[in-house]
Amino acid sequence: MRTGVFVCWCGLNIGGVVDVPRVVEEISHYPGVARAVDYRYMCSDPGQQLIKDVIREERLDSVVIAACSPGMHEATFQSVAASAGVNPYRCEIANIREQCSWPHQNEPGEATRKAIELIQAAIEKVRGDEALSALSIPVTRRALIIGAGIAGMQAALDIAEAGHEVVLVERLPHIGGHMAQLSETFPTLDCSQCILTPKTSEVGRHPRIKLLTNSEVESISGYVGNFTVRIRRKATYVNWDLCTGCGLCTEKCPSRASSTFERGLVKEPAISIAFPQAVPHKPVISAEACGHFTKGKCGVCEKVCPVGAIDYQQQDALFEEKVGAIVVATGYDLHPKAKVGEYGYGVYPDVIDGLEFERLNSASGPTQGQIRRPSDGKVPKEVVFIQCVGSRDQENGYPYCSKICCMYTAKHARLYKHKVSDGQPYVFYMDIRAGGKGYEEFVQHATEEEGVLYLRGRVARVFQDGDALVVFGVDTLSGKKVEIRADMVVLATAIVPASGAKELARVLKTATDQYGFFSEAHPKLRPVESLTRGIYIAGCAQAPKDIPDTVTQAGSAAAKVLALFSAERLSHSPAVAAVDEELCSGCGVCVEACAYDARTLDTRRRVAVVNDVLCEGCGACAVACPNGATRQKNASRSQVFSMIDAVVG
Amino acid sequence: MNSCPELLRPCWQGFFRADEDEWRGVTASLPPDGGQGLRERRMRYPYFPGCTLRAKARGFESSALASAGALGVQLDELPNWQCCGATFPLQADNSFSLVSPARTLASARKMGERLVTLCSACYNVLKRTNHVMRTDADRRDKVNAFIEEDYRGDLEVVHFLEVLRDDIGFDALARSVKVPLGGLAAAPYYGCLLLRPADELAFDDPEAPHILEDFLSALGCRAVDHPYKIECCGSYVALEPGDLASGPSRMVVESARTRGAQVIITSCPLCQYNLDISQQGARGHSGVGVPVVYFTQLLAIALGLSEDVLGFEGHVISPGPLLRSIGAMGSEATA
Repeated sequence: MRTGVFVCWCGLNIGGVVDVPRVVEEISHYPGVARAVDYRYMCSDPGQQLIKDVIREERLDSVVIAACSPGMHEATFQSVAASAGVNPYRCEIANIREQCSWPHQNEPGEATRKAIELIQAAIEKVRGDEALSALSIPVTRRALIIGAGIAGMQAALDIAEAGHEVVLVERLPHIGGHMAQLSETFPTLDCSQCILTPKTSEVGRHPRIKLLTNSEVESISGYVGNFTVRIRRKATYVNWDLCTGCGLCTEKCPSRASSTFERGLVKEPAISIAFPQAVPHKPVISAEACGHFTKGKCGVCEKVCPVGAIDYQQQDALFEEKVGAIVVATGYDLHPKAKVGEYGYGVYPDVIDGLEFERLNSASGPTQGQIRRPSDGKVPKEVVFIQCVGSRDQENGYPYCSKICCMYTAKHARLYKHKVSDGQPYVFYMDIRAGGKGYEEFVQHATEEEGVLYLRGRVARVFQDGDALVVFGVDTLSGKKVEIRADMVVLATAIVPASGAKELARVLKTATDQYGFFSEAHPKLRPVESLTRGIYIAGCAQAPKDIPDTVTQAGSAAAKVLALFSAERLSHSPAVAAVDEELCSGCGVCVEACAYDARTLDTRRRVAVVNDVLCEGCGACAVACPNGATRQKNASRSQVFSMIDAVVG
Repeated sequence: MNSCPELLRPCWQGFFRADEDEWRGVTASLPPDGGQGLRERRMRYPYFPGCTLRAKARGFESSALASAGALGVQLDELPNWQCCGATFPLQADNSFSLVSPARTLASARKMGERLVTLCSACYNVLKRTNHVMRTDADRRDKVNAFIEEDYRGDLEVVHFLEVLRDDIGFDALARSVKVPLGGLAAAPYYGCLLLRPADELAFDDPEAPHILEDFLSALGCRAVDHPYKIECCGSYVALEPGDLASGPSRMVVESARTRGAQVIITSCPLCQYNLDISQQGARGHSGVGVPVVYFTQLLAIALGLSEDVLGFEGHVISPGPLLRSIGAMGSEATA
């Protein structure tokens, strides 16, 4: 064996603690080492050139790089080794920064000793490394997008426009998400539907987008490039292929259901289309409210439908789709009503949340855009807006900031003033967080030009007193208690992950944070990739964010998918598990141990097998195997034992 | 209004001892069918009265014990009980104030798995001390070493309201009512000690509690919702000269009165004292006072128990006239 050892100073990160010249001196005498050299920044171009030169001069067959974590530069050094003729899987990293110089800054002597031992262990490992070649897997160039709000639609359009097919799954009967419920958008006050409907219609008619609404993802199997997805399309009881969306059934339907789209502010027919611009413009029967299903009597819609589209016998349908990449864009919900007892939310009809205010303000909403309070339809003259309800509240809610509430509350207060010019809006806030292009100016306009009264402080209690809602609060700038007799109270409730997000994360085998938002692979450098390869995230599924940020992230997720689809085949690390079939008894312990579904039993031959592309090389099965039949390539038992010897021996 | 000696007098000056015969005397005075079928599944719990119930709030205890008996619940007074501690110490390094309540808890654990309390302050201090003994190993060891016990917080401290709600059930309670209170407008007043800190007491929703409302509905009363039902009554500031405490107390009473409350109910002797006495000066202005009674006193009336157990005494606003006017109590001669 001819091994070269390259010790990096990493400026002072390593060199300031570890005695690098001494390390090089000691290691150069270690058995099998052809040459040991050091360099100030091994990852720099001259550093890489140095490695290549030494490989050629010494005719090396293996390389050990003593530097930072393999998470940072393993790929760099593997490709350097390969370009100079050394098999990249015979290039090992000894992490003498994160695991040595950084934690042992105050004990340089010990750190130097440890660095030597870590390098010796890496030399022992590389001694047993096989020359492997990367596995190659095919890519299905078709994407699944879960959720058809603005994030999902944007990602779908970007991918479809680039020429690839997209399966877009939405659990509601229509697309558009929460953005379809908004009246106007900040900071420009343009109508939400006006900027959304061009996208919804484009998605609806795009030849490369397969739209599955009223549908949910049931299960997913496979791996990057090769996922198989099972999708359940829930029964709508209307044959959408026949339905023309004429709306006769909704006009004649005698039963009423609470409208989810209108946030429960009104009742709608049991067979209905959520809103006029809905895509697809087809009705759905709510079985909980429909007279035919609840009482077994009514059949009005079936009688009036001119094309015979009503189908009470319709069943859920299961689809299977093969895709290569998945974008999760499941969006958000608002903090539940039951949790805000002090404001009487859910008890007093005139205490509403931000989305309910959007509906009151929407031209297609229950009041045709007039601001009328839910209890008696009166135009409210004093409206109190309360920010941070559930957000930034470690005791009763969530510690995080929901990010959009400062802006939409300012928008609500301004829209209210535009419609009720003699009304007085009050805003209770903790801080105004208006970071964004044109945002601070937007809030300033509310406070300075439009007479919105901002009070810095919390509201302790909202109480119904006859016709009015009494708001007990505090203005911390003047230090005074404030009592306002309001006609309506609007709560900026916290953004929480959409219901079912955690269950979906389990199906996808990817991670969420403690609140249920999907975790990104790196908070700064990999913000749209999930921890599972081939699965990307966009929009509020990842964290609260506004429309511009959501659209940006959706485009970024689409770009990642397109990059994945740009290759004919994907490569996968060959350092996976392997089975010695002569030793294997087919006991199945490895199947239990595998977290990636990469191990299965061949029942005919009674041996365990490895699906190479699913295997992440974690080694759990190799450890679990009772008779040593499973072996981890390039981390064999003998390699591990000689590494231990090198450290403790 | 510058002193309230019985409320604050440290009770470790002398130990109280339950008088078994006296207790039996109370239960013996019940109507024979009181509690109906509930009597058959008689429940028995260790019970901690606390000092105020033997001084300023005698009626609270007598009405509670009699009502419990009528509902088939036997409350066995702890032997040799002592002060609950009166306030829970907030200094993390003060474990000495936990000694007295911990001793109570340890002795109760030997009698049963639950300890019933009536006074909101005792409930708060005992339950929070129990939480410390259950979760904080360091302080538990220190206190146990001092009181020479090995108590690990495995007792459940419950308020009598919880016994009514969870063991008897408000539906069953409603069926046991003999004297329906005819829609008497009663305002529940929780104060602070029953509800907070919410994660330790886990008694009810700290912002929107409803146990007293549910209780009042069971008795046939109309619960009057009012915004100050969980605000502070002024607490011990009542002992200072001046209007500091009467301010908050008056706000509470006014918030209930202006919403039509005829009576306010509470489970805290200090709240009862503060709300009642705050009306001493204000009576002239408002014209009408709102009597402040313990929830158990209304309970005893609704269960048709002897007026002897009510113990209405020393009220600034006497509940007698109101209760007589709605026929819930007999004429003055018998009261």
